[in-house]
Amino acid sequence: MRGGREVFEGVNFTVAGGEALAVTGRNGAGKTTLLRLIAGLLEPAQGRLELTGGAADATLPEQAHYLGHRDALKPALSVQENLAFWHAFFGGHDASAAGALETVGLADLAGLPAAYLSAGQRRRLAIARLIAAPRPIWLLDEPTAALDTAGQGRLVELMRAHLDHGGLIVAATHGPLGLGGVKELRLGDPVPPAATGGGEKSAP
Amino acid sequence: MTALWAILLRDMRIAVRIGGGALMGVLFFLAVVTLIPFAIGPDQALLRKIGPAILWLGALLASLLGLDRLFAADHEDGSLDLILMGAASLELTVAAKGLAHWITTGLPLVLAVPVLGLLLDLDPLAIGAVALTLLAGTPALTFIGMIGAALAVALRRGGLLLPVLVLPLTVPVLIFGVSAAETAVIGPLMFGTPFLILCALTLMSLVIGPFAAAATLRQGLD
Repeated sequence: MRGGREVFEGVNFTVAGGEALAVTGRNGAGKTTLLRLIAGLLEPAQGRLELTGGAADATLPEQAHYLGHRDALKPALSVQENLAFWHAFFGGHDASAAGALETVGLADLAGLPAAYLSAGQRRRLAIARLIAAPRPIWLLDEPTAALDTAGQGRLVELMRAHLDHGGLIVAATHGPLGLGGVKELRLGDPVPPAATGGGEKSAP
Repeated sequence: MTALWAILLRDMRIAVRIGGGALMGVLFFLAVVTLIPFAIGPDQALLRKIGPAILWLGALLASLLGLDRLFAADHEDGSLDLILMGAASLELTVAAKGLAHWITTGLPLVLAVPVLGLLLDLDPLAIGAVALTLLAGTPALTFIGMIGAALAVALRRGGLLLPVLVLPLTVPVLIFGVSAAETAVIGPLMFGTPFLILCALTLMSLVIGPFAAAATLRQGLD
């Protein structure tokens, strides 16, 4: 439910570690709503989300990264300060933070206030957050928006590395993600047959 | 703890950067307090008598400035979503934000009192009393105002809603703050009695403010 309107119903999916799920559907079908439900930023009207495995003492949102439409950057702070803040807030290891700017190709701009970044560079900085503080679940809302071809390629590499380490990705997207063997969940269409297999997550 | 430190340092850093709100409150305080003698006229005895009340009113209004941005800025750029997903409890995070806001906007008001007190012809004792009561009372203003700031986010109405909601709640703080400052100068009561009640109000708001603000923010998720 969003704004008193039922967005979708009968959605059922499972994602296991090392797997990616692409959430597709027309505009307004509820892709962002689904991601925000998983992130714990919205309450489902009905149904449940279940996480099996993972750290026992942390809730699902505490083990997830949410990359939304808004990049969560402070224009007054420098690139380095923005990243260092989220790194400290999420409690990542020091080793992962050092290389994160380099990985997304922003190392040269570390001292520049984030106000001067272009949309694509802001996106890259937001992505650097995912690397700086490792969390097993990535919730990506149109992650390739505003990224150039090189940036998209780098994001695909990062996603592949994340999956190889047993991570889990749920991405809302219109285009292909560029990863092989991605499960797809179409919202706004007739409900597909229930996914099978011992999953990590289900939302009936 | 690292997460709370991170929030505290980040908010203080943003406040002192260009476009931050750290000096705005003090400048507004200065403007209000310097205008009052022009409006009242050169009656030194009267100024001395109402000086503590003027300083308190100015500080109260100045501490409301910029308060509406406390959570609204984080909400607009998406930071609030991520803060909610952090492992740190929202109540403590909100309290850390409030503390950062007080250090950058409330504390400068206290430090400005010795200068502004001279403009109102207050004697050193009265200036000291006002500064001490403001030091004890301004945290209450910030932490009560925090509830309004969270409501402004939850209800999608910033700006004018905040003072309307918050000002009535600050009345007890104003009453006991001014009476403590005045009794130090003219008596007849002991300074300690209203001052201790002021401290109690501050301690209460330090507890109630973060819980109420955190509950409001959770309610206002979308």
